[in-house]
Amino acid sequence: MEKFEVFGSGCANCKKAENNIKEVIEELDLEAEVIKVEDMNEMAERGVMLTPAVALNGEMKVTGKVPDKEDIKGWL
Amino acid sequence: MSKLKKLSLYIAVFLAAFYIPIGNAKFQQALLESFYMLKEYAQEHVLFCLIPAFFIAGAIANFVSQNAVIKYFGSEAKKWVSYSVASVSGTILAVCSCTVLPLFAGIYKRGAGIGPATAFLYSGPAINVLAIILTARVLGWQLGLARAIGAVIFAVVIGVIMSIIFRKDDKERQKGSFALGEDDTDGRSGLQNIMYFATIVLILIFAAWAKPSSDTGFWMFIHNIKWPVTLVLLILLGLQLKSWFSKNEIKDWVDSTWDFAQQILPLLFAGVLVAGFLMGRPGTEAGIIPASWISNFVGGNSLLANFTASILGAFMYFATLTEIPILQGLMGLGMGKGPALALLLAGPALSLPNMLVIRSVMGTKKTLVFIGLVVVMATLSGFIYGTLVI
Repeated sequence: MEKFEVFGSGCANCKKAENNIKEVIEELDLEAEVIKVEDMNEMAERGVMLTPAVALNGEMKVTGKVPDKEDIKGWL
Repeated sequence: MSKLKKLSLYIAVFLAAFYIPIGNAKFQQALLESFYMLKEYAQEHVLFCLIPAFFIAGAIANFVSQNAVIKYFGSEAKKWVSYSVASVSGTILAVCSCTVLPLFAGIYKRGAGIGPATAFLYSGPAINVLAIILTARVLGWQLGLARAIGAVIFAVVIGVIMSIIFRKDDKERQKGSFALGEDDTDGRSGLQNIMYFATIVLILIFAAWAKPSSDTGFWMFIHNIKWPVTLVLLILLGLQLKSWFSKNEIKDWVDSTWDFAQQILPLLFAGVLVAGFLMGRPGTEAGIIPASWISNFVGGNSLLANFTASILGAFMYFATLTEIPILQGLMGLGMGKGPALALLLAGPALSLPNMLVIRSVMGTKKTLVFIGLVVVMATLSGFIYGTLVI
């Protein structure tokens, strides 16, 4: 079970990051969940400064950039 | 949408259609005016100012290492470095207004503390590169420059005051590190990057060069050669892109330029329509709001006018860049230059919705002090500017 977390305040780029992840999950038929973190305090706790940021299984993979599908596949 | 919601929406639309005063001459004029204003923006500002500006914003988002900037917000960074970086880095970090609040929360909770965090919060939205370019273009370079300088200076002042007032609990904050993504290494030297940025900025400057008031002299000379120079610069840019950038980088650049344009332009145009309807183009009194209202409240350069403008700016929400057409309309109806600057400084930094987020990060007391400081500083800088330019 893979756990993706998407950090962002709900702007267009954060939604794009979430969609890319969901598409990859569908394409690869992964067993995974996607959690959206919109709370500013939790972002700060986790050290996220630039949004959108994505963590996979608790490890921060990208900050301040929308990952494309190839990036996401590369982490798995 | 639930049925009940849909029904109330239908009823609202119906009532609006039923009662809208289409026949009223004043209403018709205001409606017409909003489209005149939109046309003016489309003709004057889109092609040679906004489009190059979006390309610049896209280039900054892609080719400037934001991680390199963020490390100066860490808890180990020297204080004066944090303050200086916090007050100017909005140019690079705040191109999209939704990035400001997470950065603020991060600097406050894990990094350099409340001073640099509030400094960034104040100046960030005001000095993003799109805002500065469009302010200078539409409202005049003096106001554009005053906005940039005012935002930077008062950001430091506000930050230092905040950190003095709350120095006690700044010590008890947790320290931590930031999650930094890997920096893409690119194949260009620093000099090549600088040359590339200089080329696009020059393209913007020349393409947007306005016709000067006199027919002779240096400014007119520049105006006469602006198209050949722009063409040469475009060819130069093409060569740079071809030899220094990979295909993917160029694609990323165009993509993020497109994203900015797509996010910002519809809201800006909606803002222009609203501003046109309410206030009309400068020099006309065709808008719905009478000029006497505006000049009573924010005309001249009294302290009260500046204060009113900062309070208005602090509570109102402006989507990115929409403060500019609104202000253009207000100034056309007699708003003073000082109050205009006050509104520009207090406006993008604060709004009712983002006050709530700020409060959830640093609590009610600090938020109130911050709002108070922003209003006072915006009032003062408006007052000083208004006194200087008249």
